[in-house]
Amino acid sequence: MELISQHAKAIMEGCKKRACGAGLKFQTETLEYIVTNKDLIDLGPKNMIPTLYDYWVHDVELLKDKGTYELFPYNPYETVINTRPAISFYNDNNPDWLNVAIFYHVLAHIDFFQNNLFYRHTWDEDFTGQALSDKRTIAMLHAEKGRWVDYVIEFTRGIDNLVDYYSLMSEINRPETLKSTKRLDYYFDVFLQTIKKVSLTEYLKELDRYNDTVSQYGTGAESIFFAKVTKSYPEFAAMFEKKKKTERETRRDIIRFVEDHSSFLRKEENKWMTTVMEIVRKTSLYFQPQIRTKIMNEGWASYWHERLFLRDDRIKGNEVGYARVNAKITSLPRVGLNPYALGLRLFSYIEDIADKGRLSFDFQRLANINARETFDTKTGNGLNTLFWIRENMNDFMFINTFVDQDFVNKHKIFVAERRPNMEKGVWEYYIKSRNAEAYRKMLLDSLYHPPSIRVDEEKSQEGVLYLNHRFEGKQLVQEYIPNTMLGIEYLWGAPVKLETTEFVADGQPDAVEGSYYSGAGEKDHEQTYRARRVLYKMEKKELSKMLL
Amino acid sequence: MKTEKDEPSDRPSRGGGTAERPEEGRCACVADHVLLEAPGPADGPRHGFLRSIYATADITHLQSGLPQYSYLHTMGSIQDLLDRDLQREKDGFPRKIRIARLIRPVKGGKDKVVVVPTTIEEKFYHDARIPEQQESNRSGGSGDGQEGEVVGEEPIHREQGAGSNGPGQGEGAQHEIQASLYDLGRILSNKFRLPNLKNKGKKRALKKYTYDLTDLNRGSGQVLDKKATLRRIIETNIVLERVPDVTAIDPSQLLVSPEDHVYRVFSKEKDYESQALVFFMRDYSGSMSGEPTELVVAQHVMIYSWLLYQYEGLVETRFILHDTEAREAPDFYTYHNLSIAGGTRIESAYRMINEIVEARNLDRDYNIYVFQGTDGDDWDSSGEKTIPEMRKTLRYANRIGITIACGQSAEGLTTTFEKYLSGLKAEFPDKLKIDVINGDAQEARLIEGMRHLIALSEGKRTWS
Repeated sequence: MELISQHAKAIMEGCKKRACGAGLKFQTETLEYIVTNKDLIDLGPKNMIPTLYDYWVHDVELLKDKGTYELFPYNPYETVINTRPAISFYNDNNPDWLNVAIFYHVLAHIDFFQNNLFYRHTWDEDFTGQALSDKRTIAMLHAEKGRWVDYVIEFTRGIDNLVDYYSLMSEINRPETLKSTKRLDYYFDVFLQTIKKVSLTEYLKELDRYNDTVSQYGTGAESIFFAKVTKSYPEFAAMFEKKKKTERETRRDIIRFVEDHSSFLRKEENKWMTTVMEIVRKTSLYFQPQIRTKIMNEGWASYWHERLFLRDDRIKGNEVGYARVNAKITSLPRVGLNPYALGLRLFSYIEDIADKGRLSFDFQRLANINARETFDTKTGNGLNTLFWIRENMNDFMFINTFVDQDFVNKHKIFVAERRPNMEKGVWEYYIKSRNAEAYRKMLLDSLYHPPSIRVDEEKSQEGVLYLNHRFEGKQLVQEYIPNTMLGIEYLWGAPVKLETTEFVADGQPDAVEGSYYSGAGEKDHEQTYRARRVLYKMEKKELSKMLL
Repeated sequence: MKTEKDEPSDRPSRGGGTAERPEEGRCACVADHVLLEAPGPADGPRHGFLRSIYATADITHLQSGLPQYSYLHTMGSIQDLLDRDLQREKDGFPRKIRIARLIRPVKGGKDKVVVVPTTIEEKFYHDARIPEQQESNRSGGSGDGQEGEVVGEEPIHREQGAGSNGPGQGEGAQHEIQASLYDLGRILSNKFRLPNLKNKGKKRALKKYTYDLTDLNRGSGQVLDKKATLRRIIETNIVLERVPDVTAIDPSQLLVSPEDHVYRVFSKEKDYESQALVFFMRDYSGSMSGEPTELVVAQHVMIYSWLLYQYEGLVETRFILHDTEAREAPDFYTYHNLSIAGGTRIESAYRMINEIVEARNLDRDYNIYVFQGTDGDDWDSSGEKTIPEMRKTLRYANRIGITIACGQSAEGLTTTFEKYLSGLKAEFPDKLKIDVINGDAQEARLIEGMRHLIALSEGKRTWS
């Protein structure tokens, strides 16, 4: 791995100027490296973070990727990682004109990382630096504890998709004023009443004083009010801090909950494990926004490399070459999903309708198809709308809001399904629906969505960890439950229960083949299922299951 | 072009490959193959029959160029991983590493196959396979066409083969598959503790060396090769123009240089003593279609791999298919795929094997193994014709391993074939092994069965 040449760097700097001129916003310092295909494959299992901690599953992935590479050799163009400063990797065999297009793509990714609010918690971090420190910590522990470090990583990773990402988001983006009411609540509801046990008159007097302060000083009232409180109760601040700490909202984040409450981890000889768990948890949180903005991120980058490069004089003479490359990246497949193509088309579509003022109630209530086709209030608001979306939305919101029938019709996209044709011995792919709602549903179903599993503290009696899965129409993958629970039991040091919903066969099965194939002729045999709550229990590495 | 990989936690379906290259019709099946070969249900980012949007990244999205190295270079680390897996068991946790085969379909059926280790990070994931609903079979698409119109096709067979521990459809490309089957055999031997044929040179060595005076050396050596030396002297003298007339040579006029002395030297010769000849035979009649065939073939490919490893590549294979008559299949691919709606006469296949062996006296030079796959059905219900043929085979064969894969209907019952074999089995307990598997057997069960089929006899330390 080495830095790109000065020549290429100069091109990059030129691209940055033009990109900023076009409205993209990003930290201007970036690092670019040349890597070989082999380097990139090596980095693959580590999510492209060269400094990510070592874990044997990554090695297995690596061997698999190498096997895959042997069958399907490929030549990656670049990859970007979200860190400060942003780092990107390139092949060294790209011609200059292609580098220009690629740099625009990369810069748009960086712009997305650094402006989309779902990445807020990564903005102030040099993640590769942090990861390096974590990697060293793990290497050090490995030298001391051996393979047990791997087990802790493995078992923690078993629940690292249940990290409480949205609470983190809500914490970060919560207005200051809302945060401080917690202090007020604590002061009036807990501190005065149950700790100081003040008399009713004193309580009311304090309440009056607060109201007076508010009417006198307005928004700044609270801090003025508490200045006096600190004088009369010097211990208040410390007690409030302590309270905040112990009340850390952890029920939604199983890793955290286990760290805080596990009897096994509390033992002196096991304390090091929480360090490892915290590293895994932090790493997982770091990647959460990326998997939730895949379509937007790729669409955004594709939109900008196209927009900027087409207006760039360096395209001259390379129009055909660029068209080929671009078509490869952004063509809609006949069957299948391409996030680049879909995101690009959605952004372009939104720009168009926003320009014409169609993101308005006036347009939405129009029923006349001709009037809809010609509707144009020439707001010229398209680009601003895109910047707003880039800042505030994730994939779910993006698709749910903007995939409509006009969009589906415009790009002739459809929901594809397959069915077996036994006579010909083939799977047939056919057009299932061109309905926007069906298409939207298909897209939303394909988005990343980890199950919602929380700790039920009331049912967690006698040292048992009771996990409750909120059923959202899909059961958990049953094959994975035993080993996942085995891992949690190890970290928890006591039995673990999981309440979840499963589809249980109803009545007599008519035929063995059941509903596996969607062939129309077999519908008669279809087995019916009913969703039932079940309780899994893992105790001493033995799993049992009962219907609730 | 793209961001870092976006799969923080959802890795089960990863694997490179080209999913979206519309210009190449193979993409759909490629994707499925790579995915399905990984064990377990693919969940998380995988949704629908194609790769999920999370499986595409700048890194995999665009492809060209050539492979720069072979994954074989990393075999050392596979060994480490397998050791680690064994350690897991000792620590009281289940093993995690499995073997997957990646298959790239290539026109003409000569698919390319590589064997890789694989593992799944188990987590709580939503299961996309909802009973009663077919949504997991959905994906996107674009272009012209009415609703209901078929826009593409893909052979079903491929997926079945790949998804159910099939044999790897690429047997045609002999060299490539050979190399990767060798690895599979090595992994099977090590990981599953299958008996190692070669027991540090005791009893039966695979190769033997003979010492012979076959190599020639000029100038020095053990025995002078007079004829060669004379020829050499004459050549030298012709070059020196001391031989005016080749028809009348005067030996006294010849110059003799020490360099012209040609000696024979003692040398070590490799002599392959025990090469293996393996007959794979299976019933391909109507009753075998579906699961029994898949199971038998899956087990046979593992046995084949194991032998390939044990004999370091010196395995010859013959593939025999039979219904009421036997025929020989040219390669594993045909062996795997052919089916016919005929009856069943097991005797025909054994007769064919006997004919092949006798015609060329193969039993003199080879260790012969016969692995038979059947559903246990035979028209010759008492075995009066089959038993004599089998007895003949047993005379020279090191082992006959029979896999009886019962269909669902026959579970629990003793099959015709099993019934009449019982006498023969008692007679040749060492040579004849039978394994009965159910229709829904998994890979682990197949390996267990295989262990039985190739198991050592009591008290023996090597397998012969």
